[in-house]
Amino acid sequence: MAIEVRIPTILRSYTGGAKVVEGTGDTLGDLLTDLDSRHGGLKGRLVTDAGALHRFVNVYVNDEDVRFLGALDAKLNDGDSVTILPAVAGGAFGFAAAAAISQHRAATAAVAGGVRGTSSVAAR
Amino acid sequence: MLSIDRSIVDAIVAHARRDHPDEACGVVAGPAGSDTPTRHIAMDNAARSMTFYEFDSMEQLRVWREMDDRDEEPVVIYHSHTATEAYPSRTDISFAGEPGAHYLLVSTREPDSEEIRSFRIVDGVVTEEPVRIVDAGVDPHAVQSYMFGQSPATVDYECSGR
Repeated sequence: MAIEVRIPTILRSYTGGAKVVEGTGDTLGDLLTDLDSRHGGLKGRLVTDAGALHRFVNVYVNDEDVRFLGALDAKLNDGDSVTILPAVAGGAFGFAAAAAISQHRAATAAVAGGVRGTSSVAAR
Repeated sequence: MLSIDRSIVDAIVAHARRDHPDEACGVVAGPAGSDTPTRHIAMDNAARSMTFYEFDSMEQLRVWREMDDRDEEPVVIYHSHTATEAYPSRTDISFAGEPGAHYLLVSTREPDSEEIRSFRIVDGVVTEEPVRIVDAGVDPHAVQSYMFGQSPATVDYECSGR
């Protein structure tokens, strides 16, 4: 099954400049593995060594942030559209503190997963 | 060099002042490839913090799609530092994911003057650039250039004989 994936500028070096590529997979993790077989290195920019979605990117399935759909376990269906955007964040805070916040958010999001509609508020 | 209309800078500074002491953030979109910021979009700081900012991921998706539909790109990505200088922190550098954007920082630590500086951040390397503020509605030749953190309030406006 084909899933359309929109690639942000910063990652188009992995797709030969292509803005949209296609892949297959039952979950987001499977899709990224499939993409990586043709666009080597792409997965490494999206998934940490520990196997979690990287905090520097936002990934959406259709109109939903995958952090609230189970992250890499998010289920995909034929015809879904996946969008990858660089997360826009920063500030005067030290990096370690920002990383701690981000991990806390991810943990909260995991707990809140399934509580649709309120999850984006609850996770912050 | 970032060339930007004064009315947009004024809107960014007003946003930063309004949200002070929390950090404010947003985007100025412009036609793709033009390097000209034309449409100011104030974004929510989902972190609502004095030391951290983060676009709300759903608002970002909506705004980025809108830019795509209009053949625009994020020409400027801005945020404020409310107690420190307008220079990218290590956090800013780690997150910088738009290599084509001008990263504009506004410091609101002084109550009556702003520090406005612009940077390119590519592969973790920060390069400061001059900011050229253009008075489009007044006189195309009436231009001020700021570099390296001079506050607009302290620069003489030589063309202002009116």
